[in-house]
Amino acid sequence: MRLRFLLRRLAMLAGTLLVSSFVIFSALFLAPGNPIAVLSGGRSLPPDAVRILEARYHLNDPFLAQYWLWLKGALHGDLGISIALREDVSTLIASRIGTTAALVLYASLLILLIGIGLGLAAGLRPGLLDTSVLAVTAISAAIPSFVAAIVLILVFSVKVRWFPSLGNGQGVFGTIHHLTLPAVALAISSLAIVARVTRASVREEFRREHVQTAVSRGIPHRQVVMRHVLRNAAIPITTVSGITIASLIAVSAVVERAFSLNGLGAYLVAAATSKDFAVVQGISLVLVTAFVLVNVVVDVLYAVLDPRVDLGARAR
Amino acid sequence: MSTASAANASTSAGPAGRHASGRALLEVRDLVVELPVEGSLRPVLHGLSLSIQPGEALGLVGESGSGKSMTARAIDRLLPPGARVRGTIRFDGRDVMGMEGPELRRFRTEVAMIFQDPRAHTNPVRRIGDFMTEALRTNEGVPLREAEHRAIQLLESVGIEDGPRRLRQYPHELSGGLLQRVMIATALLTRPRLLLADEPTTALDVTTQAEVMAILDELRREMGLAMLFITHDLELAAAVCDRTAVMYAGRVMEVRVSSLLHDDPLHPYTAALAAARPRIDATLPRLAAIPGRPLSAFEAPADACAFASRCPYVQEECGRRQPELVELDGGLTRCRRAVELRGTLGARRA
Repeated sequence: MRLRFLLRRLAMLAGTLLVSSFVIFSALFLAPGNPIAVLSGGRSLPPDAVRILEARYHLNDPFLAQYWLWLKGALHGDLGISIALREDVSTLIASRIGTTAALVLYASLLILLIGIGLGLAAGLRPGLLDTSVLAVTAISAAIPSFVAAIVLILVFSVKVRWFPSLGNGQGVFGTIHHLTLPAVALAISSLAIVARVTRASVREEFRREHVQTAVSRGIPHRQVVMRHVLRNAAIPITTVSGITIASLIAVSAVVERAFSLNGLGAYLVAAATSKDFAVVQGISLVLVTAFVLVNVVVDVLYAVLDPRVDLGARAR
Repeated sequence: MSTASAANASTSAGPAGRHASGRALLEVRDLVVELPVEGSLRPVLHGLSLSIQPGEALGLVGESGSGKSMTARAIDRLLPPGARVRGTIRFDGRDVMGMEGPELRRFRTEVAMIFQDPRAHTNPVRRIGDFMTEALRTNEGVPLREAEHRAIQLLESVGIEDGPRRLRQYPHELSGGLLQRVMIATALLTRPRLLLADEPTTALDVTTQAEVMAILDELRREMGLAMLFITHDLELAAAVCDRTAVMYAGRVMEVRVSSLLHDDPLHPYTAALAAARPRIDATLPRLAAIPGRPLSAFEAPADACAFASRCPYVQEECGRRQPELVELDGGLTRCRRAVELRGTLGARRA
């Protein structure tokens, strides 16, 4: 049953990726702008040169043929050639994916550790702590990443100079040092949301009848909390954490730009501005894949946590 | 009811069992409970008193909102935070209200609660085996295998044969009736002395109700457990309980040996309840109903009989003073005209 569930999820993953690859490709196909004009820098090229370039980049092939060619390449790890830089898109992505992955991972850890931690503390201990967590998260949930980035740079880079405002940094500690502010900027609103949902779920579970059953049987409070309240609250907490972490992948572009990080998101924005279609397609595909993968992991986790999830049923 | 249990019950029929020959297992006196509702405290129980002898089954009957469930919750100290409680609850001579920490937990292992909705009252993500053996393992340190063995034995006694398989299942894989039987088996697993059964069959369909009720009744007698059986069904209470207490608006209106409750009630409210039950052996132009609507405890007047507004025997004096719960004919009744009305309230003798 578990294996079949897993196989079904993987098949759905492949289907989702196929559809999104098609959407990505056709969106850019339909987008205005001519890559050759970008390449020539607006100068008019001799017709022969245009023809050679069109042939090299398959610009005149029918749409489906171009899509098929691109998809086939993508499956083999070949995402085409950047028109602007004349380099393999895969190589260009590979050199930047580490930064984005580290940033998203760092932010995810902040969300999971601090967000869930704060939520649990507030949920389990009503009173001053709970009230302050509620107040702080209500404000920070409303802070968009780019605003957070500007404020963080202003305070921690310009005023107190604890953290650098630009660049990727060298080595493990250098990277962590450089990525701290971006990760905080990226995490802050999601962290607040996860904290609030965690708090609400814990409170909700405390009021559930089955928790009352456990109490009525003389189970020690600690065990009631661990075995019933937290165990069951883990289900909604996992769901919201998964959704927010998956959304970080998209928001990371904004933060990378703000902190001049050499990551995929910033590059995506740059490539889109310069009409470097192959790069935009490649990065989009990578980001969508990551997004879908995170969701599959959450789905599997969800099935592990909640036995009521019907493993044999189709997704509704 | 057997004559033996009726005789036993009549000896303990003093006010709140005060004149009982043996010591009551559970003794509740003048219990007042107020719950916070929208910022203010609302009374749900107005000085409730009752007592249960070891091995005795006491029925607690009343309409919704009369405070039946709150009584059970107050006894097991399961009231929501912010609740204000006054009065005394003594279990086997110990003061329940003063219990804290380990003492309170030990008390709770001696008093087992069976809830109305078994589905909501079992943790959906834990297996039946885990649910059943949890208390044994955590409170008494019984090894898992031993605990499961005992669970399987008890499942058998509630009529569930394939225990080992059931222990591996989750609550959502069992029907409501099956789950309530699991609930009963679980409640008995820790060998309690008192069962608090809060409408244990209300959420089940009718055929399952009878089956579950029979199992509960039989096991209780076999194990010699005392029980507080809460229901809105007067006849059901009378069938399984030695004595029955009738509640209205947060107060006990009558306590009577179950066998006499229907034919010779002491309180007009009990008589009205008995008359309101649809009959299978007679065709009536319409169902009898008690006129007016049931009063909630917080609406009940402090200085008048709560039932006065709906009582066919009401007199002016009934609206001026709260009647006391007094002894009469081996029972207790809270009606100032009880002596006058005795013997005339019997339900519909055709």
